[in-house]
Amino acid sequence: MSNEFTKLFELIISASLINNFVFTRFLGLCIFFGVSKKMETAVGMSITFTSVMMISAALSWVIFTKLLVPLEITFLEIIVFIGIIAGLVQVSDTIMRKVSPDLYYKLGIYLALISTNCIILAVPLVNAGEKYTFIQSLAFGFGSGLGFALALIIMASIREKLELSDVPAPFRGLPMAFMITGLIALAFTGFSGLITL
Amino acid sequence: MSSNSSINLKEQFLNGIIKENTIFKLALSLCPSIAVTNNLKNGIFMGLAVLFVQVMVNLTISLLRKVIHPKVRLPIFMLVISGWVTVTQLMMAAFVPDVYAKVGLYIALIVAFASILARAEMFASKNSMLPSMADGLGMGVGFLFALTVISFFRELVGRGSLTVPTGLATQHVFTFVNTKPLLIMVLPAGGFLAVGILMAFFNWIDTRYMKKTAHASH
Repeated sequence: MSNEFTKLFELIISASLINNFVFTRFLGLCIFFGVSKKMETAVGMSITFTSVMMISAALSWVIFTKLLVPLEITFLEIIVFIGIIAGLVQVSDTIMRKVSPDLYYKLGIYLALISTNCIILAVPLVNAGEKYTFIQSLAFGFGSGLGFALALIIMASIREKLELSDVPAPFRGLPMAFMITGLIALAFTGFSGLITL
Repeated sequence: MSSNSSINLKEQFLNGIIKENTIFKLALSLCPSIAVTNNLKNGIFMGLAVLFVQVMVNLTISLLRKVIHPKVRLPIFMLVISGWVTVTQLMMAAFVPDVYAKVGLYIALIVAFASILARAEMFASKNSMLPSMADGLGMGVGFLFALTVISFFRELVGRGSLTVPTGLATQHVFTFVNTKPLLIMVLPAGGFLAVGILMAFFNWIDTRYMKKTAHASH
């Protein structure tokens, strides 16, 4: 039992730090560069993303193992997962608006951006590819969300400072953001080998 | 900008390569631009896959544009895109298995490309077949061009060699430098640095070129 728990912990650490989605797998870059300009939006985005990732990981695991595998139509995974995510986003959008208009007002705009985002779609695809169990899929979704949140918050805090600095003209804006991400990614390489799965 | 009545095919094609280059100008669909570009061959095949999906999606949408009800258009666009991506994925797994083993996850993620959905929504759903295909071709070639430039740069600097595909399963590796190359460029971190440098370079060209035309008009 404790062995199982250690495994889950390792999975979370590995998904968030060692194989960080942004810095080593390069997923969700559009969102990453788009919303990391301000700390407030970065935090809102992180919360929304982590929760959607966990729910979609759970839902798609159920559909993948209970429906696609027995019917031998696993090649349809992309279409099915995209459908699940789009549906999920629509549902949570409606529920949030009714139940908590306050929260909807704060996080609603991010929800719309999620349905066509590669980082969300990657979680169920990796889960299916690695044949994780239900709990492991959840842990992977949580770890990936945590890693994305970490990346966004680090980047937002740097970019807020960057506003005040004197950057050479051709590098202003995105190119500089890329250079900084490169340097953070270099630091994250240090995590590789932290634990071996 | 472009009037709907008379769309110049050539202009529409060039638009995607230069003026609205997906990666360098619009900064969309960045994930594969870094993930698969540590090797020229992978970069080229990824670019070709995107080119194929973009053209086929634009073609399908423009053919179906009168049938699709505007209220359900986005789910239908997603369905068309994921259908074509699945086709590409299966074809690549069959014909270029060694490339597919490395870039497989990113092929599946073409579904989530903002640029493909954007072209379907903004262009293909409003225009007839030929301009839509020209638009898709331009966008795709622009993407292929960007991936080729990035992977050329990264492999050359990072490994001192170039892997040029000579056919589906064959390749030729040119080695230029045998001493220690700048290994960081093929590492994940180097990908960000390479794209940053190239973007800045294109910005620099842009400002110089714009200055020149402004000067000429005076």
